[in-house]
Amino acid sequence: MRLEKSSLKKRAVNALNALSSKKPVKYTTYLSAVVVFFVLILLPPIIGIIIKGGAMQQVFDQPALMGRALTAIGSSFVIAFVVSALDILAGIPMAWLITRGRSKWLNILDTLVDIPFIVPTAALGYSLLLFWSGPQGISSLFNGSLVSPGWLLVMLLHFTFSYPVVVRVLVGALFDYKMEYERASRTLGAVPLVAFRTVTSPILKPAFIASFVLSFARSLSETGATFIVAGAFENGPVFIQNMKNQFSTSNPILYEGAAVFASAILIIASCTIFALIWFLGPRLKFPFKGLWPTAERRLSYSKAAWSRNTVTLLVFILIVLIPALFVALPAFQAVFTGILPAVFSGSGIWNSFWQSLFVSYSLGAIVTILGFVMGLPMAILIARKKLGKPLSALLDLLVNIPLIVPSIALGVSLKFFWKESFPFMPELLLLIFAHLSITYPYIVKSMSAAFERVSMDMEEAARTLGAKPFSVFTTIVLPLTKYSILSGAIMVFTRSVSETGATVAVVTSLKTAPVVIVDWVRGTIPATSLEIGLGAGILVLLSFVILFALRLLTKGKGR
Amino acid sequence: MPNIRVVNLTKKFGNVTALENISLEIRDQEYFSLLGPSGCGKTTLLRLIAGLIEPDTGEIWIGNRRVDDVPPEDRDIGFVFQTFALFPHMSVWDNVLYGPKVKNYNLKEAETIGDEVLELVKLHERLDAFPNELSGGMMQRIAVARALAAGAKTLLLDEPLGQLDAKVRNEIRYDIRKMAKDLNLTAIHVTHDQSEAMSISDRIAVMKKGTIVQIGSPQELYMNPNSLFVAHFIGESNFLEAEVLASKGPFLELELRGGFKALGRGNGFRKNERVVLAVRPEIFTIERGVIEKENLLKGEIDKVTFEGTFVRYVIKLESQDTVVVIKPSLAESWLEIGKKVRLSYSPEKTHVFAYPKAGLMDEIAV
Repeated sequence: MRLEKSSLKKRAVNALNALSSKKPVKYTTYLSAVVVFFVLILLPPIIGIIIKGGAMQQVFDQPALMGRALTAIGSSFVIAFVVSALDILAGIPMAWLITRGRSKWLNILDTLVDIPFIVPTAALGYSLLLFWSGPQGISSLFNGSLVSPGWLLVMLLHFTFSYPVVVRVLVGALFDYKMEYERASRTLGAVPLVAFRTVTSPILKPAFIASFVLSFARSLSETGATFIVAGAFENGPVFIQNMKNQFSTSNPILYEGAAVFASAILIIASCTIFALIWFLGPRLKFPFKGLWPTAERRLSYSKAAWSRNTVTLLVFILIVLIPALFVALPAFQAVFTGILPAVFSGSGIWNSFWQSLFVSYSLGAIVTILGFVMGLPMAILIARKKLGKPLSALLDLLVNIPLIVPSIALGVSLKFFWKESFPFMPELLLLIFAHLSITYPYIVKSMSAAFERVSMDMEEAARTLGAKPFSVFTTIVLPLTKYSILSGAIMVFTRSVSETGATVAVVTSLKTAPVVIVDWVRGTIPATSLEIGLGAGILVLLSFVILFALRLLTKGKGR
Repeated sequence: MPNIRVVNLTKKFGNVTALENISLEIRDQEYFSLLGPSGCGKTTLLRLIAGLIEPDTGEIWIGNRRVDDVPPEDRDIGFVFQTFALFPHMSVWDNVLYGPKVKNYNLKEAETIGDEVLELVKLHERLDAFPNELSGGMMQRIAVARALAAGAKTLLLDEPLGQLDAKVRNEIRYDIRKMAKDLNLTAIHVTHDQSEAMSISDRIAVMKKGTIVQIGSPQELYMNPNSLFVAHFIGESNFLEAEVLASKGPFLELELRGGFKALGRGNGFRKNERVVLAVRPEIFTIERGVIEKENLLKGEIDKVTFEGTFVRYVIKLESQDTVVVIKPSLAESWLEIGKKVRLSYSPEKTHVFAYPKAGLMDEIAV
């Protein structure tokens, strides 16, 4: 029996090998990857906006509404800009500490930094709300609430969830950076701070820009948690969300108009801004040219370095870590109140909670698998420049677009496209398409980056030794890249589980876990604060299990 | 074991012509080198033969089979990369067995082959090691063993010694040649190191800017270079600009700069034609006594460099040309800077070439 199985497998491998060396098969695979990208990812949102373009008249007819929309969108960009700048300021010393420090505790710090990234943003938002303005949080030290829901809390929230992204990118860049340059600068007489400022930072400029862009995009996109902490304040996504809650049933045409208007402006503005950053970034010069030898020497050594590290750690612990994990407190309290039987039997609101959790995780799994299958040929096309350099570079650029477009705008336009073209499309399928769009850049980017690191020599050596293209991929490329691909897949999975903006935009009845938490917090579905805490806590706990599994799987195998 | 033939092969990368209309035959079981400066197209030619890239026009034959459209895995070649390209996620043993396995040999057969080739490169005791635990020389030997285990009948080596220390390089090059000869393989060895090519090749093709300049045995190339480029690239030559005065049997009477006379071997030149006389540094004799004879160049010692086995003299001639003369260091006492000397040479060991249109420096530039 076993023999049969293995010979079956061998036959399948041989068949795939034979297929893989046929040119038409190869070209069809690559072509279909490009077609799928355009038909499923890139074009639907654009067409969706165009189809519903007429509805925008609703907004033009109401100057007050238009003003409100524009103010909200403006706030989105201001907040994204300020938060990203602050994140870089706070992130650089942290990345420096992680990569250059000598303490063995830095490994743990490195892991802790990821926490706000792993925690689904809806849970994060609730956690921050409790910490900054809830009666049990930091506000209990003061009379009343320290930071009420509003723009300041939104900024704190965005700072918190963008922080790990910035630190992660900078840590990667500092690890890859050749220390020789900095050492050369030191031997020429520069103190550490000067060496960093004059040699390392200009070389790492692309990484600074990349981390700024990622943080900016994440701040623009975030919907669920922002909605939780926004109060009466509105940014772009919250505006669309408010319009939906207010008018989607009572005055659907007005809702559509406002949603299309806001989405179109968000998409156009963010594409313009990212194009500007992409174009101007490399031309940007660092503003500081002067040298202050004595002052910088003082700042470089012992006391100054010690206080710099202390401030860095305090900012991280007080503004990022504790607020992000604060939800654990009510979750713990809830455990001792006797609501557990209700939770586990799934009675009352918990029934829909477990359902939504199931929806979230199955959706994440489906999207990850589909994304892998769809993204794989595209990643190879990009990494191996199969279409020639200019076309491959263009594809590489286009693949990024879903990353920079605010996800709620993407969701709104996708919904219009699919609902207009296929009115009876099941909601789950719509949701899958929306999440595929959002996560597609992550999977393609992580895979193509991993493939680029495999030297062409390896593939060619395998070919000259007699391996067919399919064998080359399964025996050489995949084993060498599996950890990068795995972490890419986990990123896609957590991104999909976290996603609220696109989700609320495309569905009416189906609910994912973060959407349920948002509904609870905003009182759309009545829930006690202990229940919300427990729900958010369960989400956080599950995320930790995933993070832990990832660390375990990739431990010490970062080839 | 087959012979390899390329006919009218051309390959362009964008606007750059890497190979222009190359034709070449490599004999069965020959150890053949492609030699030339970087960018001359030697690696491109090797990769075309391997099937790693496709030609724009022309034919490639391995044995009796035209292989232009055959993918690399079906060409029965073994390719040794400059970077070795050992698979980092596999042990030595798995690297070596990779070829037999992907070619669907049965396991026992594959293991026998693996044992044999590891025996051949004398690395049997390291089969559980991973590539990053091996020295450069070991990696190199594994790379060769891996290529052999895949059943290669032709060994294609792309700068296989480029990443090794000088000492190891000199040892391993003879090992590779011996292995190829013992196994009756046809081998093509790409290198930019002329001494490497000279010491191991049956024949060498000297390449320049996408074309083959000369093909021959190492001795032929050294004794009878067909061009200034080969005279310069293989070994070392002194080049003296001159004008033809008269033809004297196999020799030419030449006038160097400043009206000095000299003899050189060559024919087919017109009177007054501008030429270049090429003289190898080791064929000069430094006359110590006060002998007057024909064909003497007079000058003064300008520089003396001790190079271990040899002493290198740079001598400024009265014609204002500079020549290099090499002498065994222990054979005679060294001469001092500033000493006036007279150089004699046997003209039958020299060559005369037409003066290149592009100028001498351009012609011999590598």
